[in-house]
Amino acid sequence: MSAGKTIAEKIFSAHAGVDARAGDIVIADVDFVMGQDGTSPLAIRALEEMGVSGVFDPARVALVIDHSAPSPLEGVSALHTMMREFGKSTGVHVYDVGCGVCHQLLPEMGHVVPGDLVVGCDSHTCTYGALNVFSTGVGSTDGAAAMASGKLWFKVPETIKVTYTGELAPGVFSKDLILYLAGMLGADGATYQALEFHGPVIDDLSVEARMTISNMAIELGAKAGLMRADAKTLAWYEGRGDRAPAPVEPDADAVYVREIRVDAGDVAPQVAKPHAVDNTSPVDDVVGTPIAEGFLGTCTNGRLEDLEIAARILKGRRVHPDVRFIVAPASRRILLDAIEAGYIQTLVEAGAAVVTPGCGPCVGTHNGVPSDGENVISTANRNFKGRMGNSNAFIYLASPATVAASVIEGTITDPRAYFEGGR
Amino acid sequence: MRFEGIAHRYGRDVDTDVIIPARYLNTSDPDELAAHCMEDLDQDFVKKVQPGDILVAEENFGCGSSREHAPIAIKASGVSVVIAKSFARIFYRNAINTGLPIMEAPDAVDGISSGDRVAVDADTGIITDLSTGTSWQAQPFPDFIRDIIEKGGLVAAAREKVGK
Repeated sequence: MSAGKTIAEKIFSAHAGVDARAGDIVIADVDFVMGQDGTSPLAIRALEEMGVSGVFDPARVALVIDHSAPSPLEGVSALHTMMREFGKSTGVHVYDVGCGVCHQLLPEMGHVVPGDLVVGCDSHTCTYGALNVFSTGVGSTDGAAAMASGKLWFKVPETIKVTYTGELAPGVFSKDLILYLAGMLGADGATYQALEFHGPVIDDLSVEARMTISNMAIELGAKAGLMRADAKTLAWYEGRGDRAPAPVEPDADAVYVREIRVDAGDVAPQVAKPHAVDNTSPVDDVVGTPIAEGFLGTCTNGRLEDLEIAARILKGRRVHPDVRFIVAPASRRILLDAIEAGYIQTLVEAGAAVVTPGCGPCVGTHNGVPSDGENVISTANRNFKGRMGNSNAFIYLASPATVAASVIEGTITDPRAYFEGGR
Repeated sequence: MRFEGIAHRYGRDVDTDVIIPARYLNTSDPDELAAHCMEDLDQDFVKKVQPGDILVAEENFGCGSSREHAPIAIKASGVSVVIAKSFARIFYRNAINTGLPIMEAPDAVDGISSGDRVAVDADTGIITDLSTGTSWQAQPFPDFIRDIIEKGGLVAAAREKVGK
C-alpha cells in the first residue's frame, strides 16, 4: 500500500487526474485565475501575442485594480483602461477602484473555495491556503496561459508540516506566529516547498487571523501555505459564492519533508527589522525606536478583526503628533463593516488618515511614501529596501496591535500593556 | 549558447522590488523598465552595465513579488545571464518564460568577483572566470529551456510551434 498524501498532493491529484506525488510534474486544471493592475497588463499583452481573444471561462477569471487605486499617474490610468476594456471584451470579473485588495476580494466574493487549485499574478496569492485552497503566485505569462486554457504545469511540492502548540499570550497574534517562523526558517527556508499549518493554536484562530499566516508563506519562499478546512472555515463560506467547498484533509500517514513544532507560548510580539522579513526579533529589542509613519492595512492585516484590535487600543487616545497613521481597509465590505461597528470613527478621531481600500502604501505606488531616513511601522508583509517607495526609508513589520501601540507613543512599543493579563 | 561579459556581484535575497520598484510599473516597455533596473540596490548599475554583462548573486535571487517586469528589466538592461546560488521559485519560471537565461552555480558564485570577465557556455554548463582562469561545471540548459530562451520567451516559442 502506498503512503498517504499531503493536502498539496491530494489537490494536485484531483486537478490533474493522476496519482500526484511530491516531485511529479503535472498539468492541472485551475479553478480560478487572478491578475492585479501591476501584472494584468503584461498578461493581456501575452494573450494578444498568443493570438487568444477570450479566456477559458470568464466566470473563473478576475482582474483587480488595487495596487495603484485610484490611479496616481497617467501611465497607470492607461493600464487601468486596458484592464477595463479587456473585461468588457471577454466578460471576466473586473474589480475597480475602491473594491479592495485582490486577496481579500477573491475569498470574500466566494470565487475560491476549499479544495480549489488557484493561480494569481501576485505573489501573495498563497493567502487562500488558509481556506484549504492550493493557491500560488505566478508571473504574467503563466497567468495568461492559465487564463487562455484553464490549465498550467506545476511541480508538485514537498511539504513542511508546521504545528503550533500551546497558547498565545495576550497581546500576541497570528502575525507574530508567522514572523517568528520567518525568523526561524529564513527567507528561502521553504523554497520550492509547501507549508502545512496544524495544531490547536491554528484551530483556535479566526479564519481572518489564519489568512495572515498563509499570506506570508511566500516570505519563506514557499509555494503555498495550507491549512485544513474546519467548521469555522465552512461557516465562513455560508452565503458566499455559488460553488460548494470540497475540503481536503491530509492523510494521517502523509509524508512530510520536515516537521517543525512551535510552542506559541514562547512567542512574544515580533518585529521584522529593515530590510528583510526574516530579520525578526522580539519587540523588546527595538522598543523606543522612533517612527514617523504607521500603516495598518494590506492583504496581510487589513481585515475587520485587525481594524477592531487597532480601534480597541486607540479608543480615547491620540496618534502621536510626530506620526502619520494611515489606514487602508482591505475591501469595501470591510470598510462598511468597520464604519458600522464604529472602528473607523474611533480611528479617525484618534488621528488616523483612512485611504481607499487597496494596496497603495505597502507597494510604494502612492498614499504614504516615507521621506529619507524615516522609520515606518507597518502591518504589511514586506520591508524590502524601497518597498514603500523610498529606498532611504526603513520599514519595520509587526501586528496591528504593535502598530497601534507604536503610533500612540511615536516609538516602537510593546502592545502587551494594552491587554488584560498582558505584561 | 555562449555568453561573455563583466560580472556584477550582489548578495543574497535580491528581491524583485529592488530589481524594479513598483513605482515604475506604470509601463511595460522593456527599455523604460531597464532604465530603473536594480535602482534601489545599486543606483550606478544602469550606468555601468554593458551588453553581455553577467549578474552574479548569492541565494534566493528574485524573491518577493511575482512581477514579470523584473526579468524583463534585467534582460533589457543588457545582462546576458544571471548566475546565482539559488533562485526564488516564481522568478525562476518568469525568467525562462521571458527568455532571460539563468543558472544555479553556487561554486562559481563563490569564485567570481565583481569586475571579473566571465564566459558561460550554456550548452556544456561550463562557467569560466577569464580574469582568474578558474572554471566550474554547472547544469547545462535542458533542450526545451534552451529552445524557449533562444526564441526569446515562452509565448514566442509557443507561437513558432503552432505556426502562428
